[in-house]
Amino acid sequence: MTTYTLRAKRRRAALRTAAFMSPWLIGFGVFFAYPLISTVYFSFTHYDGFADPTFNGFKNWSYVFNDYPLFWPALRNTLWLVVVMVVCRVAFGLGIGLLITKIKTGTGVFRTLFYLPYLAPPVAATLAFVFLLNPGTGPVNSVLSDLGIPAPDWFTDPSWSKPALTMLAVWGVGDLMVIFMAALLDVPKEQYEAAELDGASSWQRFRFVTLPNISPIVMFAVVTGIIQTMQYYTQPLVAGKVASGIIGSSGQPFEPGYPDKSTLTLPQLVYNLGFQRFDYGSACVVALVLFALSMAFTALLMRRRGGLIQAGD
Amino acid sequence: MSGNSPNRRRSAAALAVTASIALFASACTGQSTSEAKDDASKETTITFWHGWSAPEEVKAIQANVDAFQKAHPNIHVKVVGNINDDKINQALRAGGSNAPDVVSSFTTNNVGKFCSSKAFVDLAPFLKKDGIDPAKTFPKAMNEYTQFDGRRCTLPLLGDAYALYYNKDAFKEAGITAPPKTWGEFAADAKKLTKAKGDSYEQLGFMPTYHGYESTTEHYIAQWSPTYFDSSGKSNIAKDPAFAKGLAFQKQLVEDLGGFQKLEKFRSGFGDEFGAKHPFHLGQVAMQLDGEWRLGMAEDTKPKFEIGVAPLPVPDDQAATYGKGYITGTIAGIAATSSKQNAAWELVKYMTTNTEAVVNFANAIHNVPSTLDALKSPNLKYDPRFKTFLDIAQNPASTTSPASVNGGQYLVSIQNLGYDVEKGKQGDIKAGLEKTAKEIDTTIDQAK
Repeated sequence: MTTYTLRAKRRRAALRTAAFMSPWLIGFGVFFAYPLISTVYFSFTHYDGFADPTFNGFKNWSYVFNDYPLFWPALRNTLWLVVVMVVCRVAFGLGIGLLITKIKTGTGVFRTLFYLPYLAPPVAATLAFVFLLNPGTGPVNSVLSDLGIPAPDWFTDPSWSKPALTMLAVWGVGDLMVIFMAALLDVPKEQYEAAELDGASSWQRFRFVTLPNISPIVMFAVVTGIIQTMQYYTQPLVAGKVASGIIGSSGQPFEPGYPDKSTLTLPQLVYNLGFQRFDYGSACVVALVLFALSMAFTALLMRRRGGLIQAGD
Repeated sequence: MSGNSPNRRRSAAALAVTASIALFASACTGQSTSEAKDDASKETTITFWHGWSAPEEVKAIQANVDAFQKAHPNIHVKVVGNINDDKINQALRAGGSNAPDVVSSFTTNNVGKFCSSKAFVDLAPFLKKDGIDPAKTFPKAMNEYTQFDGRRCTLPLLGDAYALYYNKDAFKEAGITAPPKTWGEFAADAKKLTKAKGDSYEQLGFMPTYHGYESTTEHYIAQWSPTYFDSSGKSNIAKDPAFAKGLAFQKQLVEDLGGFQKLEKFRSGFGDEFGAKHPFHLGQVAMQLDGEWRLGMAEDTKPKFEIGVAPLPVPDDQAATYGKGYITGTIAGIAATSSKQNAAWELVKYMTTNTEAVVNFANAIHNVPSTLDALKSPNLKYDPRFKTFLDIAQNPASTTSPASVNGGQYLVSIQNLGYDVEKGKQGDIKAGLEKTAKEIDTTIDQAK
């Protein structure tokens, strides 16, 4: 075969590969590369959505980090939720998955019961929680009071609002439960039998048999949980607004984060800056911070060695 | 599972990137403007966006438009309701054949942005052409909140005035013979009207916290006649004593009525502001700061007590100014993207300056008329108690919160300071005002 023929063949192969990849390449360009480049560009401009953007250097970055009073509380809240909420959701999802795979009767009923809350629309679920946890009239506090247990003020107390949101997230843990159940049922029974013959305790079987087998699924749950929490918007916004009692007329600016900025999250700032303050440049800065954080968390977790969770080989 | 970390890493990274960026994939188109070159005497169709959604309100605005079309048979109006400012902003940026020609908004907060960005056309040439003097046509406060920085881009389309609602039966029971005229009298009455029940309340004289629905900082402080910005456009809140006095009064009221925690716990059990179980309707609070719409809403629930309406109290050292209040309202303007601005102006002019149109619309939806002539019209139909709002609207001492380049964000900053003051987090009000003034100036500077 001549060199010329080989080259032509390679070129055809490359073109064929490119043709097969073109849908992805187009999608990547339109939905990923272009928005990313635009976001970086707008973060260095003054842009109100009406007039053309004008370059303003690092002014937006300086404003967000130094002068925008909501940024640091929102960042702290987002990190708090990433650490606590994600861990709680994974732990509860795994725990319920373990329980349900162990029980002998009524498995279908329990699976349904634990999965159903996940199907509740976020706004409806949040409204229900704000009602149930109402410090003045909510049934939860009535029961706690009857039992002589000090009742928290939940969504009206800055120190309890995020735990209340975490409870809401844990209540809707059905998605993780299903994923963990599938992973747990996939663990080879022979390994448990061998461990039992070796005299391993329940904890040792979980630690040295179950966990290594399902660790890629745990990793998946943690990574997707972090990304979801980075985007956490609806529930804290609805909870804050309803608990605050301020439901302004449509389009009226409001300050999310009631009580005392404790339910403020970074995605809310993107909306606040971009669509209420007409400051797209600063909104892009917050979006890029979210991007950097997502990347950092993902990179940390995906490290083969030294990460928080080891990927299974 | 076999190790394929590089692939998974790339996938997860791509997912993370997409997830973050998807948060802010906004439409980024420049504004297109056009001059008023259309002939309003020719057959044309314009689009009018408004925010009303309740059946009675929709019927009323349609009747208003129908009356306009009867007077201008060549101008057909396509009416689109239930529109909020987010949709308006998008449409004003994008333009296009489906974008509105005439826009109305319930909030005055975005007038500054609409005017400064030139998203709404300057109405001054249109007003001049038709010989309309806004200062002689609209009440003073409404005239102020429809323009920004010398540019008039909107006109008032009915208004809202804030007053004090009170439970006449509760007043009688407490031995109070007349509504309070000063904040001193008000605080004393609020205490007299408060009845304890365990560690909560059977009846609260007044819910003073800033989350008590309309008890916002701007509504309270309006009674001290504040000046929000100085002549150079800088925040004036640290210099004008009205703000410190207003915040201090509210804080004292919170303490006198039981303290922030106790009040906030009681408030958390309140029904929805715009629902039948509003605490004033149920007698949970004996006094309520609210807009003119509350009268009809409260009477519709057939409360077990007689409702009284009076102007909000004034500071004790300004007793002579009793009768003033806070004014705001709906605004209407013409989109700069409209290619039918002359026809659009005919509709805006009719709805906002035609006395008969304004009176009929006000009668239909029980809002405050927004022209001086309409306020005095004999055709205005109202409950005698509604006259309080008409008087407040006409009172030259009534105030509003001025338009700002970044919407109502300066009000949000002041409100946030109020939250900190009422809960005791910000003890030094003067220092808080100075810090907030700086925050307002920085935010406005960022928006320019």
